[in-house]
Amino acid sequence: MAYTPEKPKLTESSDELRSRIPGWGVDLDPRDRPSVPKEKFDPNLSGAHWTFPERQPERWPRERSVEHRFLTPVFGTSCPPKGISGVIRRHAYRRYSEGRAAHWLLLLAADRVDVAENRVQALLRGRPDNPITESGVLSEFKRHGVASRFGRKRADLSHQPIDVIINVAPWLVVGYVGYRAVRLVTTRRR
Amino acid sequence: MKAMVYRGPYRIRVEEKEQPSIEHPNDAIVRVTRAAICGSDLHLYHGMMPDTRVGMTFGHEFIGVVDEVGPSVRNLKPGDRVMVPFNIYCGSCFYCARGLYANCHNVNPNATAVGGIYGYSHTCGGYDGGQAEYVRVPFADVGPSLIPDWLDDEDAVMFTDALATGYFGAQLGEIAEGDVVVVFGAGPVGLFAAKSAWLMGAGRVIVIDHLDYRLAKAAEFAHAETYNFTEYGDIVVHLKKITEFLGADVAIDAVGAEADGSFVQQVTATKLKLQGGSPVALNWAIDSVRKGGTVSVLGAYGPMFSAVKFGDALNKGLTLRMNQCHVKRQWPRLFEHVRNGYLKPSDIVTHRVPLEHIAEGYHMFSAKLDGCIKPIIVPDGA
Repeated sequence: MAYTPEKPKLTESSDELRSRIPGWGVDLDPRDRPSVPKEKFDPNLSGAHWTFPERQPERWPRERSVEHRFLTPVFGTSCPPKGISGVIRRHAYRRYSEGRAAHWLLLLAADRVDVAENRVQALLRGRPDNPITESGVLSEFKRHGVASRFGRKRADLSHQPIDVIINVAPWLVVGYVGYRAVRLVTTRRR
Repeated sequence: MKAMVYRGPYRIRVEEKEQPSIEHPNDAIVRVTRAAICGSDLHLYHGMMPDTRVGMTFGHEFIGVVDEVGPSVRNLKPGDRVMVPFNIYCGSCFYCARGLYANCHNVNPNATAVGGIYGYSHTCGGYDGGQAEYVRVPFADVGPSLIPDWLDDEDAVMFTDALATGYFGAQLGEIAEGDVVVVFGAGPVGLFAAKSAWLMGAGRVIVIDHLDYRLAKAAEFAHAETYNFTEYGDIVVHLKKITEFLGADVAIDAVGAEADGSFVQQVTATKLKLQGGSPVALNWAIDSVRKGGTVSVLGAYGPMFSAVKFGDALNKGLTLRMNQCHVKRQWPRLFEHVRNGYLKPSDIVTHRVPLEHIAEGYHMFSAKLDGCIKPIIVPDGA
């Protein structure tokens, strides 16, 4: 115990564990563990046949962290920034380093704007978002969703009441601000 | 091609998307045969990771068959059956030359603090992932490996992240013979970490979670002693009591950004996104490990700050070790362990979901319906 020099005795000895647990102790020697030492200089290990890779063509002004000297030779091209969210994202990358909370908070804000932009766009293109199929809520009926609410400590149960508030509150705020704006314009006209 | 597409928090759908093409001479295009949903995909799904853009395809755990290779690819050819580590890395930068593949400096223009990861937001480079029929694999000569003939597809897909990361977490713990190891989280990574702790000579392995079915799996699969933290007023005190008031020698946080156990943390981190993650499990790890012990962090946290109890870590003289796993570095040793029968990675797979129904797969995994521990995604043509 903690108040005397020796470590507490384990209930099972190493030999007992070896006989009970398949493979017990096969990596007991740290030298058998693949990430030990954590850094091992060996530039020829990986299969790279370049010292600096050929550069991927930049098809649009690719946003990058100000902590990089230049655009990395390879990068993803999944979703180029566009719309208002794109403006916010470009600003976050251009103006703030990764050490600044503003950088990440702006990117998170841009994510929310991006969602709103895409909801509207999908509606205008005739393929609106479907809250039933896209939320996967149908699995509630196929995967014992109802039964899981009783006596099984389902993971998301304790948070569901707050989810409603967090999901609905922004819409109410936006609706209220919109309503006030319309009221302001109409009363001024009178 | 068909691909999973992010539409906003808690919303995804399958869309027809342009098939990926060779964008760099060392790229390969891989036809995905199996992918998985990872616990850290849920951070994206819940809108917690900054710069997760609508239209992106997730999925950093996948295997497949090479469909096309770029002109400078030497080690792979079309038709090869490959497993792809979740790290995207060049193999030649300062970090890769030292085996720190997860920290590659040449693949992620969006950030220097994190490397490139398939389908893991633009913060991790803006690459589409493998929850699709096809995926672009950069640095094909460096990342992927041929799947050995004796290795089953479902075992192979576990090698691409969950198994390698769990094993890596046990290594970070610097376990010595007879050490008491406590693992927070009985998800796939926690299960593999617990199992790996025995391989490294642990004397006692304790797993903490709040879902009984996952704890049952930890007891059966990882031979662990298990406790459900909801049954104890203070799990840290309980852990102190069962370790004769010393604490564990090694604590492993295999939970990360969406830890349960504190309502305030849940609201500020998971719901309001004001922290880089809810560090409940990490704080429990810091509190329950003995003075001078080691805390290994496998759980993914976002780049924002989190309310971590650093003062306690300082005063207790802890060693804190963490990183994304350098996946491919683990493979040769893990191949041996699977061949010797010490590990059977696919034993944790509980569900197989067609790509077409991936939205339901995400909901099921997120809400932990139907005893879900690890869902595998099967594309239509696979």
